[in-house]
Amino acid sequence: MGEVSLVDVSRSFNIRIGAETHTVRALQDVGFTIRDGEIAVLIGPSGCGKTTALRIAMGLDYASAGRVMVDGHEVHGCGYDRGMVFQHAELLPWLTALQNVMFGLEMKGVRGRKLRDTAMHYLDLVGLKSAADRRPHQLSGGMKQRVGIARALAIDPKVLLMDEPFGALDAQTRESLQGELLDVHARTGKTIIFVTHDLDEAVLLADRVFVMRGGELQEIIEVPLPRPRGDLGALRGTAEFASARYSIWQALHRPAATVQ
Amino acid sequence: MVDITSQDMTVNRADAAGSRRFGGLSGVPSWVITTAAVVLVLLLWQYFGRNVNPVFGSYPTAIAEAAWDLTRSGELGSALLESIKPFLVGFVVSLVIGIPLGLLLGRFRIFEAAVGLFVTGGYAMPLVALVPLLVLWLGLGFAVKAAVIFLMCIFPIAINTWLGVKVVPKTLIEVGHAFVAPNSVILRRIVLPATLPYIMAGVKLSVGRGVVAMVIAEFFTAISGLGGIIINSANNFDTARMFVPIIVLMVLATLLNALVGRIERWVAPWQVEIASRD
Repeated sequence: MGEVSLVDVSRSFNIRIGAETHTVRALQDVGFTIRDGEIAVLIGPSGCGKTTALRIAMGLDYASAGRVMVDGHEVHGCGYDRGMVFQHAELLPWLTALQNVMFGLEMKGVRGRKLRDTAMHYLDLVGLKSAADRRPHQLSGGMKQRVGIARALAIDPKVLLMDEPFGALDAQTRESLQGELLDVHARTGKTIIFVTHDLDEAVLLADRVFVMRGGELQEIIEVPLPRPRGDLGALRGTAEFASARYSIWQALHRPAATVQ
Repeated sequence: MVDITSQDMTVNRADAAGSRRFGGLSGVPSWVITTAAVVLVLLLWQYFGRNVNPVFGSYPTAIAEAAWDLTRSGELGSALLESIKPFLVGFVVSLVIGIPLGLLLGRFRIFEAAVGLFVTGGYAMPLVALVPLLVLWLGLGFAVKAAVIFLMCIFPIAINTWLGVKVVPKTLIEVGHAFVAPNSVILRRIVLPATLPYIMAGVKLSVGRGVVAMVIAEFFTAISGLGGIIINSANNFDTARMFVPIIVLMVLATLLNALVGRIERWVAPWQVEIASRD
C-alpha cells in the first residue's frame, strides 16, 4: 500500500521586507489523496505551492494547519515509508555513487552484505552498475539523478516523492529518464508524487495531474492514456496526448476566479 | 566581404597575441617559478645585505655560515626538538577541541548564542599580555608553552569550522533528514565532511599562528628552544645567528602547511577535483 493524503493543509511563512513583516500563504486548505500505485503530478507556475505541498508530504517542511496521512495513519516528519528525490539530486560529493545509495540504507539500519547487495541492485535498476565507484562530480547530470532515484528507491519506500527531478537536465536526457522512470514504476509499482512545471512531462507520466495555483489546488485532471505508456516518442504524436495536454494547458490558463 | 574578412583576421591576431601573453609561462611547472622567485630574493638580499652593518642586518651566506655552526654544535637540533614538542601538543589539542567546538557552534543555535561570543572574543584576545598570568598558573616549563600555543591555535580552527558549518548547503542536511538520520549522524556524516575544506583552511592559519605562539612562549617563559637562540643572539648583537632560527621557523611553517595540504588531499580528495582554477 502507498496511499498519501494531505488533509486541509495550510502553510504560511513570515518574511521580513525592510521593517515590515509579511505573512505569505504558500498553501491554503489543500486536500487530496494520491492512490496506491498511482503517478500523481503536481503542476503549476512558480510559487503556486507545488513544491511546498511535496515537502510537507515528505516531512521536510511542516504544515501550519492540517495533516499528512500515509495509508490512513498520520505522519510527522520524515520516514522510511517515503523516499525523496531532490531537484538537483543532492548526492553527497564525498561518497561514490554506490556509497550514496548505501547511505539511505545504512540510516535504515541495513548492514553487512545485504547493504552492498541492495545498493548495487538499485544502481543496476537505474542502469549505473558500471559507474558504482564514481564520485558525483564524475557523473553527468542525468546519471546523478539516476543515483538520486536509486538512493530513494533502495530504502523500499511506499511512496516516491520527486521535486522537479528532471528540470535541470537537457531535453534528450530528460526524455530518456522519463522513460526509465515509467519502467521503474512498472517494475516496482510505487506510488509516485512528481512535481514539474513541464506540461509534456505531466502528460507522459501522470495518471492524474493536480493543477495548483496561488497556494490552492485548482483542478484534478485524469490523463486517459493507457499503461504501459510504451514508446513515449510515438505517444507524443497521438491525438490522445494532444488532447490531454490541451486540457491541462486550459486548466493552467483558466482565470483563478472562475474556480471559486 | 573584404571588410569582414580583414576584421576577422584582426580578431584572430588579437586572440593569438592574448594567448601568447598569458601562455608564456603557462607551460612552466609551478615549483620552477617558486624556486626562481626564492633564488631571486636570496640574490637581491645577498647583494644589498652585504653593504649593511652586520649588527643592523645580515645576508644569506653569513646566515648559512651561522646555521652550519649551530648545526655542527648540535645546538640547533636540540633547540628545534625542544620547541617542536610543546608545539605539537598545543596544536593537536587545539584541533581535538577546536573542530568539535566549531561544529557545535555552527549547528546548534543555543550553543552558538551562549558560547559564540567567547570564541570570537578569544580570537582577538591579546595573548601576549596574558602570558605572565599563564606563567603564574602553569609555571615556566612545558605546560605553559603548550598552553600558549593551544590558545593561539584553537580560535582560528574553531571559527573556520563554525563558518564552514554555516555554509553547508541546506539541501545536503535535508538529505539526512529525508533518510531519518539522527542529529549526531548528520553532524558526523554530512556536516563534518562538507566542512572539511574550511577546517583545513583553519588548520593552515593555525600553523602560522602556532609557530608565532611558540616563539612568544619561549621569549616570555623559560628562555629555550629556537626562540631562546633568537633572543640570546639578539642580546649579543649576533644578527646572522639570530636569523637562523627565524628562517628555520619560516621553513617549518611552510613545510607544515604543505603537509596539511597533503592531508587535505588525502581526507578530502573530492574537493581538489571539484575545485577549478583558471
